[in-house]
Amino acid sequence: MDEIFGIPAPLLFGQLLLGLINGAFYAMLSLGLAVIFGLLNIINFTHGAQFMMGAFAAWMLLNWVGLNYWVALILVPIIIGATGVLMEWLMIRRLYKLDHLYGLLLTFGIGLIVEGLFRNEFGSSGLPYQIPPQLSGAWDLGFMFLPVYRGWVVAFALVICLATWIVIEKTRLGAYLRAATENASLVQAFGINVPRMVTLTYGAGVGLAALAGVLAAPIYSVNPQMGSNLIIVVFAVVVIGGMGSILGSVITGFGLGVVEGLTKVFWPEASATVIFVIMAIVLLARPAGLFGRA
Amino acid sequence: MASQNTAAVPTLPEERTAAQGAFGFTKPQFLTFLLLLAFLVGAPFAGLYPVFLMKLLCFGLFACAFNLLIGYVGLLSFGHAAYFGMGGYIAGHMAKVVGLSPELAILAGGAVAAGLGAVFGWIAIRRQGIYFAMITLALAQMVYFFCVQAPFTGGEDGIQAIPRGKLFGLIDLSPDLSMYWVVAAVFLIGFLLIHRIVHSPFGQVMKAIRENEPRATSLGYRTDDYKLVAFILSSALAGVAGATKSLVFGIATLTDVHWAMSGEVVLMTLVGGLGTVFGPVVGAAVIVTMQNYLAEMGAWVTVIQGGIFVACVLAFRRGILGEIAARLRVKL
Amino acid sequence: MTTTRRGLLATGAAAAMLPVPLSRARAQANTIRIGVMNDQSGPYRDIAGPNGVIMAQIAAQEFGNRGFTVEVIGADHQNRPDVGVNLARQWYDQGVDMILDVPTSSVGLAVNNVAREKNKAYINVGAATSDLTGPQCSPNTAHWVYDTYMLAKSTGGAMVRAGGDSWFFITADYAFGHALERDTGNFVRAAGGRVMGQVRYPFPATSDFSSFILQAQASRAKVIGLANAGADTINSIKQIAEFGLTRRGGVKIAALLMFIADVHGLGLETGQGLVMTESFYWDLNDRSRAFSRRVQPRLNNRHMPNMVTAGNYSATLHYLKAVADMGVPASKASGIEVLNRMKAMPIEDEAFGRGTLRQDGRVLIPSYLFEVKSPGESSGPWDYMKLLQTTPAEEAFRPLAEGNCPLVRS
Repeated sequence: MDEIFGIPAPLLFGQLLLGLINGAFYAMLSLGLAVIFGLLNIINFTHGAQFMMGAFAAWMLLNWVGLNYWVALILVPIIIGATGVLMEWLMIRRLYKLDHLYGLLLTFGIGLIVEGLFRNEFGSSGLPYQIPPQLSGAWDLGFMFLPVYRGWVVAFALVICLATWIVIEKTRLGAYLRAATENASLVQAFGINVPRMVTLTYGAGVGLAALAGVLAAPIYSVNPQMGSNLIIVVFAVVVIGGMGSILGSVITGFGLGVVEGLTKVFWPEASATVIFVIMAIVLLARPAGLFGRA
Repeated sequence: MASQNTAAVPTLPEERTAAQGAFGFTKPQFLTFLLLLAFLVGAPFAGLYPVFLMKLLCFGLFACAFNLLIGYVGLLSFGHAAYFGMGGYIAGHMAKVVGLSPELAILAGGAVAAGLGAVFGWIAIRRQGIYFAMITLALAQMVYFFCVQAPFTGGEDGIQAIPRGKLFGLIDLSPDLSMYWVVAAVFLIGFLLIHRIVHSPFGQVMKAIRENEPRATSLGYRTDDYKLVAFILSSALAGVAGATKSLVFGIATLTDVHWAMSGEVVLMTLVGGLGTVFGPVVGAAVIVTMQNYLAEMGAWVTVIQGGIFVACVLAFRRGILGEIAARLRVKL
Repeated sequence: MTTTRRGLLATGAAAAMLPVPLSRARAQANTIRIGVMNDQSGPYRDIAGPNGVIMAQIAAQEFGNRGFTVEVIGADHQNRPDVGVNLARQWYDQGVDMILDVPTSSVGLAVNNVAREKNKAYINVGAATSDLTGPQCSPNTAHWVYDTYMLAKSTGGAMVRAGGDSWFFITADYAFGHALERDTGNFVRAAGGRVMGQVRYPFPATSDFSSFILQAQASRAKVIGLANAGADTINSIKQIAEFGLTRRGGVKIAALLMFIADVHGLGLETGQGLVMTESFYWDLNDRSRAFSRRVQPRLNNRHMPNMVTAGNYSATLHYLKAVADMGVPASKASGIEVLNRMKAMPIEDEAFGRGTLRQDGRVLIPSYLFEVKSPGESSGPWDYMKLLQTTPAEEAFRPLAEGNCPLVRS
């Protein structure tokens, strides 16, 4: 059996693949943050809570209404996205004229409320959510058993990221969005309803987080803390990538997932901190981030 | 986009218009300070539980230290729990294992927190605004992971049974009231120190950076140096507050380095009034009292805290003292 | 999971109102007050939580009025040591005579110090740390149903005897995980087994265990020992099942700290074949069955009593017997004296049968190694376990001399 750095090659390939799966979640979450930041100029601290809401919504649809995973995949982003639209419309838009930090504080507060409410309702020991039967089982790749569901997560996340990129970079709607990012009042002057576009963009970013939550529900424990633990890592991912480009945040997300996966083999104790260390190094070398505009 | 670092704080009435009192306080500030002093002396005799009062003062100092950054330099640190908690761990370790006297243990806690603040501040001040907040949060999370694993912190168990010891090797601090006077003194020293810093020429430059960093740079100030020094001072005082708290309770645990604690100190300062002198103390009092009386409500505490956050940001951005000050047209 | 909103609100309201009668009751000198402090909102809610309070109340009721009244109150320590210490000081100062339960080791140890300082009685049921009867032991403290040493000994030693002789550990990288891994590894080797390797993952930052599971698979060990707790344990078990190690590879999972309530949440489909240790199971014998069926209707969500909630019952009963024996004024005067009296009396109740309270505060009862049934073997909710091995009371816990407890004079 071949070995690379003292690790059997098959094990290493397996770990790379698993890293990609975690990267898929980083990529989807940082993508949502980047989309929101691009137009609203706020850091959505509620993102973790909205990811968690997505997972819980999938659970509720299954256990309360009887709708399965596939329906949840479509409905949940819409439902949670709608709560985002409401949130923007009722609260966030009051803060656009103020310092960006107030947006951060507001979304942080809302995150606390959501997390607390879910903890009251469901406790914190976590709820079970089964892998849908069509995606259960595993493929024998020769070097490892890859559970079908994990393969699905990577493929689906890639498609979503690509679709988001196409919408923003290649469509007319995306062109309006990018224009509004640069100069909102000018775009407004052309007769485009910028406030509504901002509201819907926030809803879309939230929907992305909720979609990631649905994807996560079958493999991670569905509990109220699932988002807050993840979101701090995603913040670091965002700082490393810089929020200059959609593609940048996707590449950074997947890349850091792989780096973290490799750390789990060579130095598992450090795998939680490796992303933060990379963040510090990037900041010293390139303060604007890998893909950021200075 | 990052260069437009606008003020985080609503501008308050010019301070020169008010008459000067002692210690560089304005007259209304001096009156409020006398009130605070009277409260500090009178509270333990008015039947208030000394341990509770001490907790309040520790968090008050913590919030003041945090306010030094957000209120006067305009930097929102979302990782101040790292310095507060680390100060607590160091003081606990020094008092329990090394056997230092309490005043030295507290100083050690502050010193290590200052060192940590120097490193983190050096990294974080490379970005402004929300990036700064995210970076400080991420770095603080690293400290949290370190504290979970490091042998001297006792992991999940924390450092237990930290002795309060004898002040200067002479005065036994195990009676609550003796400890209270020490905590009150630490609080007052920290509070006046912050006040002194803010009203020094250094503090004026800090405020200039808050209002308009590019202009401060163009006036020839090396703004990064000023920001870093302010960051170190703030983290040192946060460390002192954490160190004092660990001696009061006899424990140092992960709660104090968790990101939720970073959020709590932001909340305290916000509730009391960003950039006011006494606001953070009032905010800390409100939040600590609330936590104490709502302890039986479990997870609702989180919900209520979140609700206060939202209400403050949407409706009461000036905070309690900021609002009162605006009504009375004075600076508090 | 059968959590309902109404149940939750009811317990929340009960917990909020419970401490109120304190000041009114303070006047009555002939009342013994027991404060149950545990986690009513966090991860240990289903293990201790509101049901722990109810079980202590049931014990107090069944004890009846023997010349004094008993009042049981409950509160949530939110798993925060500073909240726990604050609450313990206030309770003891306001006339609570004994504090009970206190899961989460950091809070459990912190309250231990308060009880000693105030010379009150303290019975810990929910915390896992064996330090409570080791270096940090106290004459005011008893530790009731389990600790890390007992779990390691039963799961490690008995599992090897049942054929699982090669182990790989997935360990949470902090003191608790290290201790569990070290102790269990020692028992595995002592019983003739081998430890093929271990991986230490960052706690609490890990939710994806797949990488470590692959490493465990590569080691070809027969048993994967999970030296972690709570959500981490649940996540690891789910993901091991997902990668087909248990079904395809015939690997056994030994969860070193797990409770029947966790199995209830996990479901038998995922949980089957899991091996774990407890000192109580409702379906163990006629007495435990009769006891459990009697109390079950009164518990939230109709949970069966588990090791910790049953421990609260047993501890309350034994404490009240000691108080009745020495009189209320004497037992209010000194927590040490109450504990000494409890140590002098044999423990006897329906839930655990016979037991003894040792000099260092350790309760000695048998421990049982269970395997989780498959859905086909189970007849319905709560029929989850089959008994593999029993370790008798005198062998189940750490020997007195090895604990480094200062109370034990050699």
